[in-house]
Amino acid sequence: MKFTLSWLKDHLETASSLDDILYALTDLGLEVEEVVNPLAKLAPFTLAKVIHAEKHPDADKLRVCRVMTDEGEKQIVCGAPNARTGITVVLCKPGDYVPGIDVTLGIGKIRGVESHGMMASERELELSDEHNGIIELPSGEVGQKFTDWLAINRPGLADPMIHVKVTPNRPDALGVRGIARDLAARGLGQLKPLPIPAIKGGFASPVQVEISDDLKTKGCPHFAGRTIRGVTNGPSPDWLQARLKAIGLRPISALVDITNYFTFGLNRPLHVFDAAKVHGKLRVHAAQGGEQFAALDGKTYTLRAGQMAISDDQGIESLAGVMGGEASGCSPETTEVFVESAWWDPITIAATGRALKINTDARYRFERGVDPAFTMPGLDLATQMILDLCGGEASDIAQDGAALDTTRAYKLDSARVISLVGMDIPEAEQRNTLESLGFTLNGDMATPPSWRPDVLGEADLIEEVARIASLSKLQGKPLPRTTSGVPRPILTPLQVRERTARRTIAALGYNECVTYSFIDQTAATLFGGGTDAVRVDNPISSEMSHLRPDLLPGLLRAASRNQARGFGDMALFEVGPAFQGGEPGEQHLQAAGLLIGQTTPRDPYGSRRPVDVFDAKADVEAALAAIGAPARTQINRKAASWWHPGRSGVIGLGPNMMATFGEVHPKVLAELGVKGPAVAFTILVANVPSPKVKTPTKPALALSDLQAVERDFAFVVDKGVEALTAVNAAIGADKVLIETVRLFDQFSGDKAEAQMGAGKKSIALTVRLQPSDKTLTEADIEAVSAKIIEKVSKATGGTLRG
Amino acid sequence: MDGLDALKAKYLTAVANVADEAGLEDLRVAALGKKGEISALMSGLGKMEPDQRKAAGAMLNVLKDEIDAALRAKKAALGDAALNERLRSEWLDVTMPARPRRVGSIHPVSQVMEELTAIFADMGFAVAEGPQVESDWYNFDALNIPPEHPARQEHDTFFMNRAEGDDRPPHVLRTHTSPVQIRAMTAQGAPIRVIAPGRVYRMDMDQTHTPMFHQVEGLAIDRNISMANLKWTLEEFCRAFFEVPSVELRFRASHFPFTEPSAEVDIRCSWEGGQLKIGQGDKWMEILGSGMVHPKVLAAAGVNAAEWQGFAFGMGIDRIAMLKYGIPDLRAFFESDLRWLRHYGFAALDMPDLAGGLSA
Repeated sequence: MKFTLSWLKDHLETASSLDDILYALTDLGLEVEEVVNPLAKLAPFTLAKVIHAEKHPDADKLRVCRVMTDEGEKQIVCGAPNARTGITVVLCKPGDYVPGIDVTLGIGKIRGVESHGMMASERELELSDEHNGIIELPSGEVGQKFTDWLAINRPGLADPMIHVKVTPNRPDALGVRGIARDLAARGLGQLKPLPIPAIKGGFASPVQVEISDDLKTKGCPHFAGRTIRGVTNGPSPDWLQARLKAIGLRPISALVDITNYFTFGLNRPLHVFDAAKVHGKLRVHAAQGGEQFAALDGKTYTLRAGQMAISDDQGIESLAGVMGGEASGCSPETTEVFVESAWWDPITIAATGRALKINTDARYRFERGVDPAFTMPGLDLATQMILDLCGGEASDIAQDGAALDTTRAYKLDSARVISLVGMDIPEAEQRNTLESLGFTLNGDMATPPSWRPDVLGEADLIEEVARIASLSKLQGKPLPRTTSGVPRPILTPLQVRERTARRTIAALGYNECVTYSFIDQTAATLFGGGTDAVRVDNPISSEMSHLRPDLLPGLLRAASRNQARGFGDMALFEVGPAFQGGEPGEQHLQAAGLLIGQTTPRDPYGSRRPVDVFDAKADVEAALAAIGAPARTQINRKAASWWHPGRSGVIGLGPNMMATFGEVHPKVLAELGVKGPAVAFTILVANVPSPKVKTPTKPALALSDLQAVERDFAFVVDKGVEALTAVNAAIGADKVLIETVRLFDQFSGDKAEAQMGAGKKSIALTVRLQPSDKTLTEADIEAVSAKIIEKVSKATGGTLRG
Repeated sequence: MDGLDALKAKYLTAVANVADEAGLEDLRVAALGKKGEISALMSGLGKMEPDQRKAAGAMLNVLKDEIDAALRAKKAALGDAALNERLRSEWLDVTMPARPRRVGSIHPVSQVMEELTAIFADMGFAVAEGPQVESDWYNFDALNIPPEHPARQEHDTFFMNRAEGDDRPPHVLRTHTSPVQIRAMTAQGAPIRVIAPGRVYRMDMDQTHTPMFHQVEGLAIDRNISMANLKWTLEEFCRAFFEVPSVELRFRASHFPFTEPSAEVDIRCSWEGGQLKIGQGDKWMEILGSGMVHPKVLAAAGVNAAEWQGFAFGMGIDRIAMLKYGIPDLRAFFESDLRWLRHYGFAALDMPDLAGGLSA
């Protein structure tokens, strides 16, 4: 909402300074976004007088002038035809910035003659487009500031423009008068009265109006207008044009400018029809759907059923409350005008405007709420202004329906105001505030004014009182603690686990990313998503069309971008939501890591090697352990389709899947533009079971003083045999004596098969035996070794390697 | 026992001149070994008269000790020399790079969320969560934003697809964390104190907007919580979060459908040479929106507004992260540029806590 200071002062009798007004506006909730002082750019310029002008010795069209300035006599070369002795001019000195030509002046030499500044035209000072000559002022003294001269002689130009952000609850503040009322309530002056003229109609309006029955109760309860004949629709007067221009509107003609003036001045949008082009009665009705409407913006719209239109015998003439029609629009030739003042249902207007994508000042106001009691006063005021500016004769009023009665009252609980706001505002002040905002108080019941549709309960009264009293005066008061003593932990186990997973993975050398929750359909589909259920209906781009089913596609896209920047080695991770469906709650927490390239940069120690599955496995196991996963888990090969089928595994407990690790499927990498191979892991954080026993006490540590013994065993097995089978078989050989079993070597490949036979490999286990009651004898060790060999051979079908 | 001095001189000279441990051992054997010269003289003592033997024995013992000491000293010296020689040969260029170790990092959003949590946990706020795909009831209606309310249009909402024949209003990607207020109050009732940090979504993408960003919601409901308590809570939060001795906040009346009265909150700051300083200066910067929870919102969550009252606020996490840590561009938060992650990220063990200071 934009207005000028002088416009505000039409409604507010005030002695307050501009700064005080600006402060109060923001503090009242009408946040000042911008203030434009049109004179600021003219501040350096002063008045001067040409005391002598003569032709330039070397140029026919230039004159050399001697000019009296506040700094004495100066020589200025000027090309303007009107530069002559005796005129008072506007002087721009060397060093001044001239806005209209975007130049900071220096001392110039024009065809060999020095020039100490320039005398400006209106265009050079951005006052108008006038550039036929330099400005000649009819009055003014040498040295006087040009801005001071303008403030006295052309005050319209000196009017600061104020732009405030009006929150959607305040339609009344979409008119200058509503803003003035807030300021008056704050104590910055008095709201001036707005006398409503009594218009006497000289004849019956040739244009009559009618609201169809189905709209009378809701869509359009009140529609009124008046014909004025014999008008002259020329340009509007300078003061009106200046105001409209100041707020960024283009003056069109007196009639149109008047409607805009009422829209912004009084939040009373109006429409003017060229009455000569209206055929028969104006009828407010709901569109059938499919009608074509040529609007004032030059576009043709197809209406949908239920949208409100105003039609005459020839068809739709206006899209009610949103935009007028081209056919019956006013032009400079208009001599007979029908002024419409109506009240439209905000919801219908909003829906229509949104459906047709039309944004107008009228729609903006009607959908927020225009004062239903001001339909007729607004019409009278507008009629008077038309008569004043365009002449003519007004008809009787034509109307249908009646002003909506919005009377309602709410209890003002002054104690509650104090308790809720935490400020000591005396009851009398509370009542004063409401009355100055136009509320009517009857005992403790407050009736809001008709222009405040937003006030719908007691809470709204409290807000009004607090707002006018000024929240900036609020002093903080400590929020009492809920418990005495040391604060209790507040995170849920899952929240703690999320943090632990994040910190652990970062500690393993991964960089945390936060990627978008929505990804492109190609990527989503590759990871088991991309269905309609998770499709965003109005995505901002095709790259963000589907909720992510998994975190890896986002990380892979990030990896691809980093590869494009020249980074080949990286470890990225993310902890965040993934979406298995499009219903609320169909999301789950994942922690995913991605390794690409080499383990380290090149170094002199030979540390560098390509990352592989067992790097990912080490990291996923570390992260799982950190968030409390049991030490003994199972690994199966049922990884999803985006993993390398032979180089991936699922870590779980029975049917419960906790994590997947492995190489990402090369096809997926190719689709996402990632140079592989890449290894990764995904943890389903919530699937990790919580520890059964919740105590900080650790189990007792049983240390044996007896010597532990390690024995190594190598087996020849088929190359498809999994290491874990052998390890688990070995552990099963003696659950008391065997402390750990670890695979420490594998020999496979051509050389191995050459030695051990086709399709064979060898695996080597180290078994640590920890006796607890007596030292092991060689015989004990032999016995358990035999059992290990037997168990492993049986489980793997292999033999001890000789 | 003549000649002992000569013997002493002979051996001490020899020890002084010997070049290696083997030569030294030869000398030891020649002098003190079982068949060595000194030992031979010692064994000759038995043939002497007792008086003579006593005097000669003492002298021989002195001589033996002296030679022994010289041998030991020389042995130590040779050992040191050998070690020194070895160490000299083991010289390495220690300016060579260390063995590389990958260093990970925590994203600023995660770090700041933990900072927020640490501060509000101390004031008794738990952390509530809610779904990011929300029904329009939770995201709007329950928060007193009816379907045709202009405020709803200002949210630039992302809508989820609705299957043919499913006539429910489309779900939305939550446009703010406020629906968590409703869910938390519905689940827990009053009194309640929670914050709800998380992702939110708006259809907006330009220099300063991304279609996804992070907010933290705060909610405190009790029997007599006032807006003055809200101001204090936010002041304490800002002081602790920005780690400055004091802050000054200014409440400005505003409008949010779900709070009444509502206030935008500005913080006193200065901008000098591109450097933001919180808590001093003559500028005000808007940092969050807040207010007293609207009775209709309480009612929607099943809380009796006649009995309970309280405040709510919402703040951009990415934004306060940018302000605190001097991060210039919001869009970069979600780019995953390794250079950015490493520069603006935090160490894995840099866990914010109040005892040590949040960013200490």
